[in-house]
Amino acid sequence: MSEEQNMAKMRAALVEQVRPPRPNGIATSLTFAWRALLKIKYVPEQLLDVTFFPVMFTLMFTYLFGGALAGSTSEYLQFLIPGILVQTVIFTTVYTGVSLNDDVSKGTFDRFRSLPIWSPSPLVGALIADAVRYTIASIIVIVLGLILGFRPTGSILEIVASIVLVLIFAFSLSWIFTVIGLILQTSKAVMGISMTFLFPVTFASNIFVDPATMPGWLRAAVNANPVSMLTTAIRGLMGGRAAVAEIIWVLIASAVLILIFSPATMYLYRNKR
Amino acid sequence: MNNDLDAHNQPLAIKATGLVKRFGKHRAVDGIDLAIPQGTVYGFLGPNGAGKTTTMKMLATLLKPDEGSAQIMGHDLLKEPDAVRTCVSLTGQFASVDEDLNGIENLILIARLMGYPSRSAKKRAAELLDAFGLQDAAKRQVKKYSGGMRRRLDIAASMIVRPDLLFLDEPTTGLDPRSRNQIWDIVRALVTTGTTVLLTTQYLDEADQLADRIAVIDHGKIIAEGTSGELKASVGSGVLHVRLLDPSTRAQAQQLLSDALKTKVRLSSDSATLSAQLTGTKAASKALAALDANQIDVSEFSLGQPSLDEVFLTLTGKPAENETQKEGAKS
Repeated sequence: MSEEQNMAKMRAALVEQVRPPRPNGIATSLTFAWRALLKIKYVPEQLLDVTFFPVMFTLMFTYLFGGALAGSTSEYLQFLIPGILVQTVIFTTVYTGVSLNDDVSKGTFDRFRSLPIWSPSPLVGALIADAVRYTIASIIVIVLGLILGFRPTGSILEIVASIVLVLIFAFSLSWIFTVIGLILQTSKAVMGISMTFLFPVTFASNIFVDPATMPGWLRAAVNANPVSMLTTAIRGLMGGRAAVAEIIWVLIASAVLILIFSPATMYLYRNKR
Repeated sequence: MNNDLDAHNQPLAIKATGLVKRFGKHRAVDGIDLAIPQGTVYGFLGPNGAGKTTTMKMLATLLKPDEGSAQIMGHDLLKEPDAVRTCVSLTGQFASVDEDLNGIENLILIARLMGYPSRSAKKRAAELLDAFGLQDAAKRQVKKYSGGMRRRLDIAASMIVRPDLLFLDEPTTGLDPRSRNQIWDIVRALVTTGTTVLLTTQYLDEADQLADRIAVIDHGKIIAEGTSGELKASVGSGVLHVRLLDPSTRAQAQQLLSDALKTKVRLSSDSATLSAQLTGTKAASKALAALDANQIDVSEFSLGQPSLDEVFLTLTGKPAENETQKEGAKS
């Protein structure tokens, strides 16, 4: 094809088409979620954290510690599965910050930020896609639990409600990691700092052991930990006796996290150099 | 729309007054005024760290200026950032496409974000890939694109809805000559459709090829502004390099050239070559004729454009510093 034809074709493609109406925030957020999910197609190993890790943790804790902690592995499973569900999903939230940091450092977000769209939509979209990952992780944990001998007494509805509660808390918690992801320079640093924060928060809880044997000051801290409240709430729902107080506390904690960290995220995002 | 007008009653795409951006104590942009008429190409010329990218980011609503104000296509930059975003598009210095996705997915993404329904988004994406010569790479991950292809895709993404004003940050840095020419053709085609282009570059050649007017930026300030002709006139029209067949004739050649050009002739480290700063191209042919008349054989000669360094040397009295460290610290 000649130069002139090329130029003519290019001009034709550039000459004004009708500008489509501006999409709303929900539509643009869903488009960003689509982008994040597309990436799984190219980098399937990013699903390792929601597949391999929960399986590893469940097996490790059940068979290495279960007998010692609860007398028998099958008894420990009934206690552990709701907790491991919480732990798995909470650890998955770190990747929200890591992938945000990657996007920002590559310059992709400069374009997004200069588009005429509802400005939080790239972040909200990423969180929606993460919710899909959390759901995958939740299902893997529960199915694996059922195979190993976990027998929840709650109804299907209560089990679904427990997954939804975990998702709500994870979504709220993610905003902490978006803040960390926007402050730190490299994704490795984001990973390091986030894990340093998450390990004590998840282990100083009632996920793995009953805090009854802990020293008083630690027991107080563990009981006040929102992760413990979430775990108690999930155990309640899966055991068919909803712990209403804990559920309410989890919802309050989620709201507080969002109220503090989502404006902070948006501030950092808008003013990122 | 109440657009500002320039001296010739042309509506302005950008009107900026006293833009300042500080990063800590460092004044990255230190009082920049602009009046860029619509439908033109405007070039920011300067070394790394001069403040080109920072200025562009402020005009594209990505950074808030610490001082000053600007109107973009008649919209106030600070009061109506959203209105500004609807009429501008940015192609950043570091590829602003998603490396993990393939070519067509990248364009569909932007098309969906601009409000195209699914099917027309696909159609528009395919149309642009075709126009930019990327149809064969539609299903290839951008990670595997060459630098030139990536740049073209990046610009195509900015063209999903043709903007009134396009920011191009160093569009050809690091590209091979062929890819560079392709980008230049795209910019030229774009301007014929009415889009105003603001581009930054480190190459005088590029600014010369594309820009109607050029601002030379150094240390956050505009140190010279004008058409490329005006800028060149202020720095001389370039350098004449001559290589002699016989090195022993160099002393005589130096004398002859110096007489013909009425300027200092420098001897290069290579024993057969010499060079001189020119004030006009006519003198060059006279000088070469003088060598010929004296039976001094020339094996090679070239007329080089003044480099960015020479522009800076003339304008600031010191060579352009490449402040890569500062640039790195702020990204």
